Amino acid sequence: MNGISSGFGAWNPIAWALLFVGVLAAGFLVRAFGKKSYKRGTGQTKVFLSGNEEPEASAALHVRGRHLYWGMIDGLSGYYRRVRALHTGVLNDYAAWFVGVLGLVFVILVLVR
Amino acid sequence: MSMGNLPFVVAALLVVFGIYTFLFKRNLIKLVIGVSLVETGVNLFLVTLGYRTGGVAPIWTFAPKAERMVLPTPQALTLTSIVIGLATTALLLSFAVFIHRHYGTLDAHKVKELQG
Amino acid sequence: MTALTQHAPVLLIAVPLLGAFAVPLLGKLGRGARNTFVGLIALITAAFAGLLAAHIFGGGGAPTLYVLGGRGFGIPLPSGLSVPIRIILEPDGMSAFMALITALVTLTGAFFSFSYWKERSGGTLFYSLLMLLTAGIFGMELTGDMFNFFVFLEVTSIAACGLIGFRVWLKTSQEAGFKVMALYTLSGLFVLLAVGLLYGQYGGLNIAYLAGALTGSTLDIVALGLLLTGLTLKAGAVPLHMWAPDAYGEAPAPMSAVLVANSQASLYGLFRILFTLFGLTVSVAALGWILISLALLTIFVGVTMALVQNDIKRLIAYGAVSQIGYMLLGVGVGLAVSVTKPDFGFVAMQGGIFHMLNDAACIGLLFFASGAIVRAAGTRDLNRMGGLAHTMKWTSILFIIGAFALAGVPPFNGFASKFLIYEASFKLSPFLAVIAILSSILLLAVFVKVFQAAFLGARQEGLGGEAPMGMMVPMVALALVVVAFGLFPGFFVDRIVTPAANALWYGRDAYIGLVLGGGTP
Repeated sequence: MNGISSGFGAWNPIAWALLFVGVLAAGFLVRAFGKKSYKRGTGQTKVFLSGNEEPEASAALHVRGRHLYWGMIDGLSGYYRRVRALHTGVLNDYAAWFVGVLGLVFVILVLVR
Repeated sequence: MSMGNLPFVVAALLVVFGIYTFLFKRNLIKLVIGVSLVETGVNLFLVTLGYRTGGVAPIWTFAPKAERMVLPTPQALTLTSIVIGLATTALLLSFAVFIHRHYGTLDAHKVKELQG
Repeated sequence: MTALTQHAPVLLIAVPLLGAFAVPLLGKLGRGARNTFVGLIALITAAFAGLLAAHIFGGGGAPTLYVLGGRGFGIPLPSGLSVPIRIILEPDGMSAFMALITALVTLTGAFFSFSYWKERSGGTLFYSLLMLLTAGIFGMELTGDMFNFFVFLEVTSIAACGLIGFRVWLKTSQEAGFKVMALYTLSGLFVLLAVGLLYGQYGGLNIAYLAGALTGSTLDIVALGLLLTGLTLKAGAVPLHMWAPDAYGEAPAPMSAVLVANSQASLYGLFRILFTLFGLTVSVAALGWILISLALLTIFVGVTMALVQNDIKRLIAYGAVSQIGYMLLGVGVGLAVSVTKPDFGFVAMQGGIFHMLNDAACIGLLFFASGAIVRAAGTRDLNRMGGLAHTMKWTSILFIIGAFALAGVPPFNGFASKFLIYEASFKLSPFLAVIAILSSILLLAVFVKVFQAAFLGARQEGLGGEAPMGMMVPMVALALVVVAFGLFPGFFVDRIVTPAANALWYGRDAYIGLVLGGGTP
């Protein structure tokens, strides 16, 4: 009742959720075989950053929104340069797109009838 | 006298002029005028749809003896459209006033802070 | 059928209209009275939408009639005439589905606004415009008459632009208001031109009557082109989408979700015209592939442009534009194959239509969360906020739910509809499914960017706290809808989506026959 089928496949979220919980449980089971004796707060639980000290969390260290995914944006820079240039913000250009698409749709519809 | 297709041609010309104005003029007020021209063209087109040659006004009270009446529905459509046009033009012009107050210019090529 | 159910179609339009014009009067009595009144109107409207939906889906999605001003509410053809001359509301399965979406979004939007405007002033006219927009959207979704559709289209345009430019002290909102109003008006005028062309040829304005009378003449093709482009601009498909980030980004946070419902109503109008008005009298393969090409462009350009935005609301707005592409893709695939009607075409329609509901709920949740974020951070710039998760734990969880759901991560509702779209479009052409899946992953990346920028990081000074309860309750309601539709998709697809898809896919004859075939109640 709670599953949908697309004709080629099926999706049942309750079954998926049970599987997810099962996998989580298996993960916890494996974790339970781990070492139980360690001291918190000493060097045993400190983060290892190639031997450097973990810096104080502060606002200056926060990776801002602009810098996330810079690699992908840089890689697609050719695409972005052209597409962002098309979004000019000028109202006349918006209307030009509208009239252009209108003309194109007319041409296509007249060609296929 | 028969006008043939002249009203339809004029309506189409008005729409084309309106679109031309909207595409190529830079002043925001001229853009509003362009929209208004398109509106006028569409209204003229609607009214012309109802015309029947030699028809009289579609009013039954004291109707003159004539063989046909003009269709009333397009007249109702046009009135509605004129009123809608009034509201849209008023809103557009008030936005233009505020843009001038904020930006200091009415040039469509300069009012483009929202881009990208 | 009780009197309330029988009159539900017209009451859905009349009650918000009454609210819109009565709110300024009640505003004189003070904020509490005004908020109570608006909340009451919103609840009553939502109740009527639920009543209408229960009635129509109980009848398997078959259309029902409501004749305005005739001898009886179910008599479309007055004695002896063969042309319906009254304005007829003809809600069927698809209309009822859209009415449910609109009711959900406007109800939560209104309740979010109560607490959003508590800290500002000038709310009365805002609610008036919101009620007017609600009435207009319901009118677009329920009507069976082309000119009536145009009138409600213009009502929604005016109300929506009033809401976009409402905060006149903000510079960019005026620019957005002007641009959006000019484009909406232009597209509305082309729709009116098309309606005039159809009226001039066939002498009627009723959709069912025109559908029965249509031949595929050149003027019909011209009207189709005008309607297609005009309504596609209002829906926000690339390359006619450039107003959408301005509109959704500059509107106040609760209104961005209602504006998305407005765009979806235009999309509904497009589907109604393509499937019911024109049907198979035109080349549906060409039309379907036009829709599919627009959809692919929309999906890809929407999500890639979202990745480079610095303004949180503009970013979510580009995400909303991208999701409109999924709806177009699903229904476009269905339209392209609707001559032979294979099974995967129906599945694609189900996916596209289901995605309208899922997108409305998720985007609503994301826009509300962005409203809470902007209120706490005092800025809309993603490069200046950070560390909000320390103080806004619940908002961050709700944001994650909305983001994952929209990106199509199981087990939320976005995955259920996107699963149907992926599988069905793969059958038509694998390229479609590849673009759709890649863009979903990219959308998840976009929201990870927002989450990192806004919520993660060290606590910053000068930032506000958790959203007040008035903002949390609508967000939690939408999140519950997201989770419920995700965990039980089969129930909702069978009860709600399949009748709606049936109404478009198979229901053209029933739609026409109800108006033209019946003279007796």
